[in-house]
Order: sequence, then C-alpha cells, then structure tokens
Amino acid sequence: MMSTLAVTVDNLIKNYGSQNALKGVSLEVNQGELFGIIGPDGAGKTTLIRILATLLLPDAGQAEVLGMEVEGHYRQIRNRMGYMPGRFSLYQDLTVLENLQLFASIYQTTLEENYHLIKDIYQPLEPFKNRKAGNLSGGMKQKLALSCAMIHEPEILFLDEPTTGVDPVSRNEFWEMLIKLKARGITVLVSTPYMDEADLCDRVALVQEGQILSVDTPVAIISRFPSKLFAIKSTDKYQLIKDLQAYPSTASVFAFGEYLHYTDKRAHSSERAPEQALEQELHQYLQDRGHRDIHIKSIEPTIEDCFMAFMQKEHKWSAP
Amino acid sequence: MERPIIYAKNLTKRFGNFTAVDAISFEVGKGEIFGFLGANGAGKTTAIKMLIGLWKPTEGQAMVAGYDVYKQPEEIKRNIGYMSQRFSLYEDLTVQENIRFYAGIYGLSNQSIREKTDELIVKLGLEQVQNERIASLPLGWKQKLAFSVAIIHDPKIVFLDEPTGGVDPITRRQFWDLIYEASHKGITVFVTTHYMDEAEYCDRVSMMVDGRIEALDKPGALKVHYGVESMHDVFVKLARPEVE
Amino acid sequence: MKRFLAFVRKEFYHIFRDKRTLVILFGMPVAQIMLFGYAITNEIKDAKIAILDKSKDHLSKRLSEKILSSGYFVLEDYLNAEHEAEGIFQEGSVKMVLIIGEDFDENLQQNHTSHIQLLADATDPNTANTLINYTASIIRSFQSELNDHRSLPLTITPEVRMLYNPNLKSVFLFVPGLITVILMLVSAMMTSISITREKETGTMEVLLASPMQPLQVILAKVVPYLLLSFVNALAILILGYYVFGVPINGSLILLLLECILFILMALSLGILISTVTHTQQTALLISLMGLMLPTILLSGFIFPIENMPWILQMISHIIPAKWFIIVVKSIMLKGVGIGYFWKETLILVGFTLFFVILSVKKFNIRLA
Repeated sequence: MMSTLAVTVDNLIKNYGSQNALKGVSLEVNQGELFGIIGPDGAGKTTLIRILATLLLPDAGQAEVLGMEVEGHYRQIRNRMGYMPGRFSLYQDLTVLENLQLFASIYQTTLEENYHLIKDIYQPLEPFKNRKAGNLSGGMKQKLALSCAMIHEPEILFLDEPTTGVDPVSRNEFWEMLIKLKARGITVLVSTPYMDEADLCDRVALVQEGQILSVDTPVAIISRFPSKLFAIKSTDKYQLIKDLQAYPSTASVFAFGEYLHYTDKRAHSSERAPEQALEQELHQYLQDRGHRDIHIKSIEPTIEDCFMAFMQKEHKWSAP
Repeated sequence: MERPIIYAKNLTKRFGNFTAVDAISFEVGKGEIFGFLGANGAGKTTAIKMLIGLWKPTEGQAMVAGYDVYKQPEEIKRNIGYMSQRFSLYEDLTVQENIRFYAGIYGLSNQSIREKTDELIVKLGLEQVQNERIASLPLGWKQKLAFSVAIIHDPKIVFLDEPTGGVDPITRRQFWDLIYEASHKGITVFVTTHYMDEAEYCDRVSMMVDGRIEALDKPGALKVHYGVESMHDVFVKLARPEVE
Repeated sequence: MKRFLAFVRKEFYHIFRDKRTLVILFGMPVAQIMLFGYAITNEIKDAKIAILDKSKDHLSKRLSEKILSSGYFVLEDYLNAEHEAEGIFQEGSVKMVLIIGEDFDENLQQNHTSHIQLLADATDPNTANTLINYTASIIRSFQSELNDHRSLPLTITPEVRMLYNPNLKSVFLFVPGLITVILMLVSAMMTSISITREKETGTMEVLLASPMQPLQVILAKVVPYLLLSFVNALAILILGYYVFGVPINGSLILLLLECILFILMALSLGILISTVTHTQQTALLISLMGLMLPTILLSGFIFPIENMPWILQMISHIIPAKWFIIVVKSIMLKGVGIGYFWKETLILVGFTLFFVILSVKKFNIRLA
C-alpha cells in the first residue's frame, strides 16, 4: 500500500564540525501538502532540505522521501523530485531557453513534451527566452529556476528560500504559483525566513537553531499562543517602547509595523485579569508618561508573534 | 525644517541606453529614519552608490552631509557609515579586532578606539565572545555589531542596505532599537528593506519604481493616500509587476 | 545519449561564450609557439663577427670563408691587431672575434696542430655559448675535410656531436616541450576550473539533485576539452612544421595517439584536482603551481634532467610530462617506433588509470 506521507523525518542530527546544524529534528509531510519550514538564517533550514533532497547525509536519524530512505535510494528519489537551491543556480551564460532545454534533456524529456507542466510559470518569461539567464531580474530568475525544477513533472518539490531577497510583489507572484502547483497534487516543501509567508502554507514547521519549535497548521499554532495580545500605538514609538519595557506587568513588547505588540504578565496567570481592566490600566500608565493619541486594541497573534513567544520560552530572551 | 542632510535634485544615472535612476529628487533631515523601498532592480542600489560617492551621477545634483557628490566624494565617505547585508565584518578577525580595525580606518585616536571598543562590547553584551572570530557568531549578533561598527565614528548619516535580511524576528527588533537610538543621537538613517513591517518603523519612506520615486511620505499618510491597511499593500499597489 | 550530447553542447556554449577561456584555449598555444620559436630561441642568424687573420695564408682564408658562408655569421670587419678586438667589442656590434694564429697552414702541416682563438661577447652568455658551439662545429667539419685526404690525422677532433639536431636548431627541442605544456594547461587546468566553477555557482548542486550520474557529468565535461586539446596539439604541430620546419620523422598516427593518451592523463588529473577543491581560485592555483611549474621546470623541457641534482631527478620520475616529452622527441626527431618507448607509454597509461580511479573514488555523489 502506498504511504500517504511524502516525507518522514525522525530525529535528524547533522553537525558541521563543532557547529550543530540540526539537533534532532522530526516531522512528517503529507502527500499533496504545501509545507513551510520557517525560521531565520542559521536555523538549519538549508541543511534539512539538502538532506531530504539526497544531497547531504545526516549524522544520525532517519529520513524518507516518497517512502524511500534518502541514503540508499537517492537515485530513485532524484528522479521523482524537483529541487531549487537557495542561490540562483542556473547557467547564467546560457539563455532562458537553453537552460530549460538542458534541464529537460537531463531528465530525458523535452520542453515541447512537458510544456503544459510549466506553462503558467514560464509564459511571462517567454518573451525573454533568448536572453541570458544572468541578465534576468530577480523575480524572473526565480520563475526560470522553478520552471527548470518542474520540467520533469516531479512528485515532490524542495524549494530552499525561493523568496529571500525578493521584493514583496515578486514574492506574492511566486506563492501564487506554488499554490497552483499544490492544486495539481504536487507536494511542496518550501523554506523561508519571512514569517508572514507561513499563512500561505497548509502546515508549517517553525525552526530555530537546529530545533523545531512547533509543527502544525498556522491556525493551530496561533490558537496556542499563550497569552492575550494587544496592539498599542502612540505618537512617539521610541518612547513608547522604552516606557512599556519599564512597565512592571510587561511580559513582552515588540515593534510590529506601526503598532507595538504587547503581552501582559497577568494574562498568563490562571485567573485572567479582565481584558478591559488591563487596557484601561495600560492607557492610564501611558497617559501619565505623557503619551498622546494612545490606541490599545486586543488582536489575534500572527505567526511571527508565536515564533517570538517560542523563542523566548527556549532562551529567555530579554529585550535590550 | 532645518537644512537637509541629504539633498537630491533630478539625480540621474544612465548605463548606455538604460536609465537606472531617473531624475529622483528628495530631501532627508537630520536624525530622520528614511526608508528607501522598491522592487528588485528598481534602482535602489544605484541611487545609494551615487549618494555615498562610489558612482558619479550622469545628471542632477546631490549634496550629502553638506558635500557635493561630484566634487567631494572623499569628504562624503568620511562623514557617512555604510553597512550592507553581504559585506560588513571580517569573518576571520575577532570581535575586538573588527571594532578596532574600523575605528582605526576612520582615524579615531588610540585612546578613543580603546574606549569605544570596550563600550560597544558591553553595550551589545559581547563580553563572553569578544575574542572569538566573527565567523562563529550567530547572524543576528553579527548584524548588530556591524551596525554599531558602521556608526563608530559618529557619522552624520548611516546607509543600511537590507541590514536585517534573514535575521530572526527578535534580533530584528533589537536591531531596530539600535537604529532608533542612533536616530535619537542625531544620526540620519537611510535604510532599504524587504520587510514591509520595517517600512512602518521609518519616519518617512520613498518607493522607487523603475528608476523613479513614485511616492514619498510618512507611512501613515501613504496608507491613507492609497486607501490600504499596511505598507505591504502600498508596495503591492505601487510596484507594478516587472516591466522590462 | 541525447542527454549526454545536450550536456556536451552546453559545455561548448560555456567555452565559446567566455572570452577568457577562448583566449587561453586558442591564443596561448599560438602565442607560446611564436614566443619560443622566435624570441626565446637560442638559434642565431647573421651574427656579426670580426676576423683577425695573422697568417693570411691559403688555408686560413679557406677557413674564414667556410665560417662566413655558413649563414650564421656576417663579417663586420677584418682586424689588424689583437688590441683592436677590445674596441670593436665595446662598440657592441660584433658578437665574436675569430683569431687565426700565425703560420696556420705551416703549423698544421708540420706540427699537425694549429691555434685558433675565439673571443665572444659574454654579456649575453647564451648567445656567446651558441656562437662558440656553432664555430667549433664548423671548424671540426673543416678539419675532417682536410683529414679526408690524409692518412695521418692533423688534430684530434673533440668528440662532441649534436645528435638529432645537427643544425643546433633549438626550436626543434622546444616543440615537443611546448605540446606537453599546452596540453597539460588546457586539459588539466581548464577542466578543473570548469568543474569547480559549477561548484562555485551552485549549478553542481542542481546537477547532483538530478538523476544524472556523476560519471556522465564528468565525461560530458571531458569530451569538449579532449577535442579542443587535440585541435591544439595539431595546431602546434602544423605551426612547427610550416613556420619553423620542425620535422615529424616518425609515424604521425602514433604521435597523435600518444597525444590523446597524454590528454586523457591530463584530463583525469584535472578532474582529480576539481574533486578536492571547491573554488576556481584554488583549482587555478593548484594547476599552475602544482602542474605547470614542475611540467616546465622538471620535465626536461627547458633544463636537461641529466644535469639536475639526484633529488630533482628522482622527482622528475613522477612528472608525467617527462615521459611524454621523451615519447614525442623519439617520434618527431629520432623517427623511431613504439619499440623504443613502450615503457614510457606504459608509464603514461599507468598514470592515467591511477588518476581516473582516484577521482572516481573521490567524486562525491552528494555535497559533502
């Protein structure tokens, strides 16, 4: 019977010298899922993806892709997966078309034969098919790389930080393409340092320093946020941070766009102080410190809030 | 508004037939945090290179820290700090050696190099690792240190080119605390970023599209003007999909 | 196979789109052979000399004429006394002065010996040396002409002969060395750089992630360079033959086969270098320092191995170029067959196998 798991990872460990890139990572990815590995640089995202893409061997632990063990069956896996490394890794001195044709022939197919697979992604590039890949803009390079990774109709795609350093518009377009691929039944495993991209995934793994903080659907992760979250703003943001950091009941305060995100120590305790009372008290405190135009509202946390909450739990981070 | 610390008027850079920067005009005040946004290839890097005296403009005027970009690039370099995501610190030198090296480049006296080094190490909490090589530090620490080193000579302006790319969310915010602090000390901060929430932290932001500045205002005013909720939406509205 | 050809085509695109590669591939061989052929050559033509003939007899005049008609020398002036020699050297136009002693003919007839003095301008020691050698060999042949008609030899001829290069044409010796150096450079350096370039730009990562087998990747890399190296070898032989008149006395087919063997050896060495390095810079450095210098200095290309200290002679044994130069000289200059250099050929085959096995063992199917 065919397994419904596209990827299983069990207690993976990988060290580079004294540096521990993966400290025992376990997760499962279902077939047809759009799965995000989310975390900052140095979290171990690239190492994990490379192990799954059969390009690195773990020091310990098990990893299976499409039901096959990554070490022994690397050739079979390579036939059925698509891979896009973090850096733009196509031939810059070949044209768009030459790159595509080369990758088509590597997988013993042709561009004509599999054109339908990459049509959506490739079409905006087609007017530039005779341009050297090195002369493309960042967004177009990403599209070309994805086209090349898709040309052989892989069952699973590994994408290592495809949107890093790419502007928000190109990022949106790229994610739209991933969602379309998913709709065709392709399993997509994508890593990113941008927390806001988590919401576009079916499930995500939050990773930090070689460890998984949490694996779940974005909604479930958010629902487990340990505390009530408030968004606060006033006219002087810098002073607002300083004052809130000095406030005795503050659990955490982080800048978040035009607002600050604030959690209260009292909200952690079992008998939660009523929201209204907290808000009023805060308002009063800030008013006393001379803030004007104070807005305080209770909000839903984002994945980034959750990530920071997990980080604080792990490390007892203190804001400077 | 007092005399602008950065002043650009119709600043233009052409490469052959291609106009990378197309007659941009703007002013940045002392101590302001100025967000310089735009899609990849919109011309941000070219504009910055002209402002920091690395490339001569094709046309237009620009004064940076009171110096002319055409005639006084050396004076400009002495009065600014620069930090990019790619190059900042020497990986094979220790924390201390890096700080001393950069302080030395800007001609600080031995006495003040010693003081500044100790001060910085304490401020960033790097006492434990001051004799470790930079390569062994986490990215977030490196970036915070790189920023501090970029303003070690108390420049009038600091240019930051995507300083927080890939940095974890908490360190990213600590980084912005440093930016605020510098700004309060009167250092002008000129920053590019792909994190749209960071655009909200700026006093004013400009949006570059295809070599021109399409919008320039306070984040709040831009959101009102375009009738959207966030800077992300402002960006998406302005930066049309790549036109080539 | 289609996949393989697509890959070879891609490799040619890389080569033909990179000006630097093209210059190294095609500019360098031509430039080098011209350089060695014309500039660095020890060969001398029309060197100016002066003659002081103290005898002015029949035989001394015959000798002067013979020397002047050799084509190497042009007479600048006849001197009248020895002290004039210094002055004429200081003017700098004359490279050598030939002094024929008094009573040249008479001394030879009666004492069976006679004196000739050669003065050369040794500020350029190479030229001086060559001029002396040329003259000495002319005088020797003059002597043997005289001795032909006598039962009793007139003088003892020194037993120094210029084997295989009787005209002392040094370009003959340079061509085999040059082929060796250039094949080494193109094959080993260019392949190692082109493989490490794929590592550096990250394209190797994508190739590894594909079902393409490492051996296919490598073979596809090797084919274009094998072809180009072969073209280079041909170009040098043709230039050598038509511009410098370097003969190919032995079998051309055998020579080309040996060239291919050496190219394969160099290619496998290049692959080996690329498997242990990660950047183009290191690959270039290893190729230049580790391969080029020994190939130029220790292969007998420029400095004769027999004159080296024994330790360097030992080291020269592990320089593949040394063996190849022996093979090429044997075919081109001696015109002998495989029977005379089967040992050297076997050694080259051994090197090739060694490098191939080592690089296949070292080649990683993963990133680390």
